Formats: sequence, C-alpha cells, structure tokens
Amino acid sequence: MGPTPWLACAVAAAVTLPLVYLVVRAGAGGGAGFVRAVVSDLTARLLGRTLLLTLAVGGASLALALPVAWLVVRTDLPGRRTWAVLAALPLVFPSYVAAFTWVAFFGVGGYLDRWALALGAPWLDLSWLAEGFPGALAVLTLFSYPYIYLLLVAALRDVDPALEESARSLGCGRWRTFLRVTVPQVRPALSAGTLLVVLYTLSDFGAVSIVRYNTFTLAIYNAYRGLFDRSVAASLAIVLVLLTVGFIALEAFLSRGQRPGRVRAARRSRPVPLGPWRAPATALLTLVVGSGLALPVAVVISWVVRAVALGNPLGRVGGALLASVQVSLLAAVAAVVLSLPAALWSVRQPGTLSHLVERVTHAGYALPGLVVALALVFFATRTLMPLYQTTTLLVAAYVIRFLPEALAATRSSLASLSPVFEEAARSLGRTRGQVTRQLVLPLIRPGLLAGGGLVFLTAMKELPATLILRPTGMETLATRVWSGASEAIWSLAAVPSLLLLLASAPPMYLLVIRPALADRRGGAG
Amino acid sequence: MRLLQNTIVLLLLLAGLACAGPEPAEPPPAAERALVVYSGRSEALVGPLLERYGEETGVSVAVRYGGTAEMVATLLEEGANTPADLFLSQDAAALGALSREGSLRALPAELLGRVDSAYRAPNGEWVGLSGRARTVVYNPERITPEELPRTLEDLTDPRYAGRFGVAPTNASFQAHMAAYRATAGAEALEALLAGMVENAPRRYPKNSTIVDAVIRGEVEFGLVNHYYLWRALSEEPEAPGRNYFMPGGGVSSFVNLAGVGVLSDDPEAVRLVDWLLSETAQEYFARETYEYPLAAGVTPAVDLEPLPAGVDQPDFEAVSSVLVETLAAIQASGLVE
Repeated sequence: MGPTPWLACAVAAAVTLPLVYLVVRAGAGGGAGFVRAVVSDLTARLLGRTLLLTLAVGGASLALALPVAWLVVRTDLPGRRTWAVLAALPLVFPSYVAAFTWVAFFGVGGYLDRWALALGAPWLDLSWLAEGFPGALAVLTLFSYPYIYLLLVAALRDVDPALEESARSLGCGRWRTFLRVTVPQVRPALSAGTLLVVLYTLSDFGAVSIVRYNTFTLAIYNAYRGLFDRSVAASLAIVLVLLTVGFIALEAFLSRGQRPGRVRAARRSRPVPLGPWRAPATALLTLVVGSGLALPVAVVISWVVRAVALGNPLGRVGGALLASVQVSLLAAVAAVVLSLPAALWSVRQPGTLSHLVERVTHAGYALPGLVVALALVFFATRTLMPLYQTTTLLVAAYVIRFLPEALAATRSSLASLSPVFEEAARSLGRTRGQVTRQLVLPLIRPGLLAGGGLVFLTAMKELPATLILRPTGMETLATRVWSGASEAIWSLAAVPSLLLLLASAPPMYLLVIRPALADRRGGAG
Repeated sequence: MRLLQNTIVLLLLLAGLACAGPEPAEPPPAAERALVVYSGRSEALVGPLLERYGEETGVSVAVRYGGTAEMVATLLEEGANTPADLFLSQDAAALGALSREGSLRALPAELLGRVDSAYRAPNGEWVGLSGRARTVVYNPERITPEELPRTLEDLTDPRYAGRFGVAPTNASFQAHMAAYRATAGAEALEALLAGMVENAPRRYPKNSTIVDAVIRGEVEFGLVNHYYLWRALSEEPEAPGRNYFMPGGGVSSFVNLAGVGVLSDDPEAVRLVDWLLSETAQEYFARETYEYPLAAGVTPAVDLEPLPAGVDQPDFEAVSSVLVETLAAIQASGLVE
C-alpha cells in the first residue's frame, strides 16, 4: 500500500471538519435540544419541499445537459464551439443574482409583463415561471445544469467511436445506439455531475428565497437570523448532512456495476450530420443560452444604463477583480491536487474503505456556506489564530466546500480510462508513482482541467464563506455584488456582476471547453 | 498548439501564486493598530461615514462588512479571541443577543445619556444610533391612503385578502411582531397572525423585494421599514410608491434601531461611539441613509415624513425577551410558507 490511501484519508479528515463542528454545536443543546430543534411540522414540510425540488432539478438538469453536450461535441451544429462556451456560462452567475434577474424579467410587473400589457398580449405573461416551485426549478436548473454539461463535454469527447460504429453496423438504430452504447460510456460523468447539481440545490438559499419557494436551508438561516441560536442551526444542518448522505448512497447504488474503463479511443468520431434537425437543435441552444445567459446579462445591463442615466455611482471593482481571480485560482489548483489521492485510490483500488473515504469528502458539500465558514471560525480562532482572516484560510474554505467538484471530474475521467496502460507500464518496471505522473495524469488532463475550472468558477461567485473569512478590507467581485444587492442598490451590483461574467469566461474556455473540443493529435493520444 | 495551451495555463497559475504573496491584512505594528469594526450594516450605508471619521481623526479604521445575523454568529464563535473592537448592528435584537452572551462592554453613562432611554440597553451595553420606522409602502396607482389599514389589526380584515405583502422571515418584521406581543400579549399576537394568514398575504424574503413588488404592482401595499422606498426612488425617481404610517397608534408604526456595541477595552472604540452620536454623524444618517437620528438635538432630513405621534414604543429589552416566542408563533401560524 503506497502513500495514496493515507493522503486520501488526510484530505477526507480535513474536509469533514465542518461536521465535527456541527456535532460540537448541536451537542451543546443536548439530545432533547436536538429533537426539539429538528422535530416539527415546519421542518417536515420543508424537508418534503426540499426533496421534491432537489429531485426535479436533478432530473431536469440531466435532461438539459445531455442533448446540449451531445450537440456541441458530437454533431456538425453550426458554430458549435461558440455554443459550447455560451452554454456553460450560466454557471458563473451567483444564484441570487440569477434569481433576481429572472424575477425582474418574468415576474409580475417585470419586463415581460409590461410588454404583454403594452402589446395587449396576455399570453405573454409568464409570471408563474418566476415564483414558487416553477421559479425555483427553472432558475436552479438553468444555472446549475452546466455542472453536468461540463463533465459530459469532457467525457463525450473520449467516447470510442468504434463501439458506436459496431452497434450501427449490427443494425442498431441511431437513437438506440445513443442510449445503449454512448450513454453508458459517459455514465460516470452523468452521475457525478447530477450528484453535484443535487447537492448544490440542497445547499442553495439565495435563489429559493428570492422566488419564494422555502426549502430546508430557510430553517437553518432562520435559526441564525431570528434566534441567534447556533445549536438549533447546527442540529438542522445535521439533518441536511444526513440528506446528503442519502443522496450520495443513492448515487453509489445507481452507479454500481459500472463497467471498467475501456481502452482509450484511438481516434475521434466523425461529427454526426444533423441534416433537417439543425433548426430544432439551434432553437434548443438559443432557448437555453437565451434564458440562462442573454436574459440575465440584458437585465444587468439595464441596471447599468439606468445608473448611468441617473448619474448614480457604479462603485470600485478593480481590486476586487484581482482578488477574486487570485483566490479562486489558488483554490482550483489546490482542489484538483487534493482530489487526486481519493480519486486514484477509489477508482484503482476499489474497496469498501476507499469508496467510503471518497464519499465522505462529499458530505459537507450540501452544507450552506455560512455553516462551513462558522466551522472554520470555530477551529481557527481556537488553534490557528495567525491564519485567521487570511487568504490562506479563505482558500482552505473554498477547497473544503468545492473539493467534490474537482473530485467528480477527476474520478469520472479516471473511471473511464482503462487500467490496461497502467498495468502494461507497471509490468515494464515503472513504479506506481511514475505511472501516475507520466501516464495517468497526462491522459486524464481534460478531466483535471475541467475539475479545476469548475472549482474556479464556483469559488469566483462564493459569497457566505468569503464574507466571514476574507482578510479585513479584502473585496471580491461576489462581495461587491452583495454590497449592492443586499441594499437593493442595483447600480452598485451591476458592474461587478458583468465583470464576474467577463472574468470567468476565458478560464472556462481555456480550461474546460477548449481541451474538451480540441482535435485529437495523432497516435493513441 | 499544445505548448501554447500549457504555457497559458502555467502563466495563469504563476500569476495567481505571485499575487498571493503578502496577505492584504498583514497586521500593522501594535502602536498603530487599526480599530476593527464589524459592520452588519452595509458599506453603501456606513462606509462613507467611517471613512470620514478616519480622515477627521487620523485613526485608521478597518471595517468588515457582512449580514447582521451572520456577524453575530461569527462573533459568538470567535468568543474572547475576536479581533473586533466594535459591532455596528442593523437591529437591537442582535445587540441583545451579544449582550446576553457577555460579549459587550458597558458604555460610559455620558454617552448613553445622549439617547432617549427607549433606544438604548438598560444595562448600558449598547446604544442606538439611528431609527428605522415600520411603515406601509403602497402603490398610489392601485390604492388610496383612505383605503389603507389604520392599525396592524386592520390587516386581518377580509377586504385586504391577497392585496398586501409581508416578509415573515425578515428580522425587522419579526421585531415588529415581537413589539406587538410585548405590548398586546401572546393571544393578541396569535389572533393577529392567524387573521393575516387568512388574508393570504404574499410572502417576500425581505423589505426591498416588497418595495420592488409594490412598485411593479404585484401587491397594492406591504409592511416594510421606511427607508427602502427612499432608496428605490433614488434609482427610479418616477416609480409609483409612497410611504404611509398607520395612524391608529399602538405599535403599528414601531421604531426599530440600528446601533453599536463595544467588544474590546481599546479606548479608541468608545471614542468612535462618541463620534457616531455627534451632530456630524447623526446628520449623515438623516440625509444619506434616510433614517431618524436618535441623539438629542438633531432633526431629520427635510424630506423625511415626521414620525407619527403616539407611537407606544416598548423597550427593546422587553421586545428581545419575547423574540423566541414570537418566532415560534410566526412559524406556528403558517405565515412563513
């Protein structure tokens, strides 16, 4: 047994610190306190609504990500590279900004409603889309489906065309081939991405509170906001952790018996000609990109225009841009590096323990950022005071929160890589470390970049932990957006929102999209 | 091609690592330590004021901004190790919570004496800086002032069914209900909440979304703090929105406060509190944040409607002491969903 398992265990232990904190805090209220905090009609109802929303968003995101990813990777869709980038960009909006723009557009009295009135076209009134369950489903799906989409783009690129061609030549229809041959090959990416979306939905507070669909996080925030009671909040957060464990177990159950990876495809598949399907395919992408990207951008620009017209200040953002990029980049690199031991161990030496450790690192992912931040305040002020309120601790918080994103990418790309190369190299006398460095890492590079890209993008917009853990005086784009939005001063929120988008697009292209779409260089790659 | 791509990625990484060099918040030498302020009030509201203090006195002030409740949770986790000298709070309940946990230091009597006893802690551990009145915001294109409720109890009248908005999870609404409970009693609060639920008001996450909804015409009126409308009007001067103080007395137009507490023994902290109660700072609240100055002798901005007479202002200790029960009553009433 090499150092990998030990490293994986160390990372898992660090990532589960927030859970230790929760037990300490909930313990302060005693067993009876826990029951009192958790058992109530309200928590039961909120739990039901949360489950409903989570499953719906997971399903809808899957249904959206699969066709979109397939269209941009595997077909001759005109402008597919541009579409590929645009379709991933909704991810860069903080969920509360996304929800606000959504309501400003679709809500009663919003832009669409006013047009409907002006044009005398009541059918244009889609305000039901901006509130309650439909609102939450629409916003969370549109703005978090890229988690699945990005992992899928990387996975689809590596699908072996030989298998599909064999299936076709054996008389399998195109649709059947897709479902029976293509989809199973990208199943690790599908299930890992869906798990991320599901856990993200569980942890979201911003979007659901704005479209007025109350979920379980509301109960946690109420405990802090109204009662200033940390043990009640911690007890409720433990319920959220248990829910997360349930979803993780479900994912493990659904991905059981996954086939071992195949030999990496020696060539890329030829693009599927869309023929008459070009128009509907373009329409689908226009709809997705229009509502997930063009719409929020247009609303934000309308805020800028209004602010300029009124002569209101737009605020300072230069330092915030630099700080955001810097801490997010550090978090991305650290998360990818730290995800490797757990991924290598669980994929290459599958066993109860390695799977358990790999899964445990997901447990805190569905916790609201506030809870993770308070856990770090708790530990840092007691044991690591010199690190408190430094960028180091902030980056650590990002890694703890977002490691599962890097892990999902690393693990799914490793899982679809056949071990035969590694076995061959080992039999030729290379050590395990040499094989990992010289063979495995270069081969799964698109997956590593995608994982780093995801962490980068999520860290760029992270708010609750940033507010609490940043060095005093440091501003990020997300805190600048919050400064304006929390007081409904939209002119201050607009420019940082746009910058967030502009700063996130190039790394997304370079790290995630471009490697995934790059033409295969000759040979076995 | 591959070389180019690798180089770009590598350069990005190096840039990030290079920037990461010195920590931005490197602690200055002990002699010129900055005064650390935790602010639950946003930078847009108090940033310019604290900057002005730094300029006038030469004291360096480092401010951390965040939500009031999140800040309280952070301060409680930090305990005695907190780097904070002062806490600026959005509401009295948060200051009360810190006081109960023993985090705050007593303020000098001279300072406390400058604010009406209704707007400071009985134990002298915090003091109010500015007043935030609960009001009705309405859309004059949808409803006239004559049709609006005169008291909180009027909101249970069936004729208002589906016509107004509330923010049941917002701290200001909760404090308002706690004030009602503190003066009218538990049964009256239950009846009020049940009657409001009957009328199926639209629920919003916070005051600003209610103001926004009223202006858009989604609801005719809503229960909010008075200054949100002023901010909305500064972005959209022609927007159809007006404030209205319910004239029926009682706590219908309850005045909540934003205040300050001291967390360290640094004498500079008390000096800042002193300045925040000065005429300069109090005028700032009146003119820039549209709030009611609480220190004696400073009059509010010209545009601000005078506070309604006859508000039966309960003391904040009494309000804080029934907050837990009030929240339970709000949740039990079903208003939250």
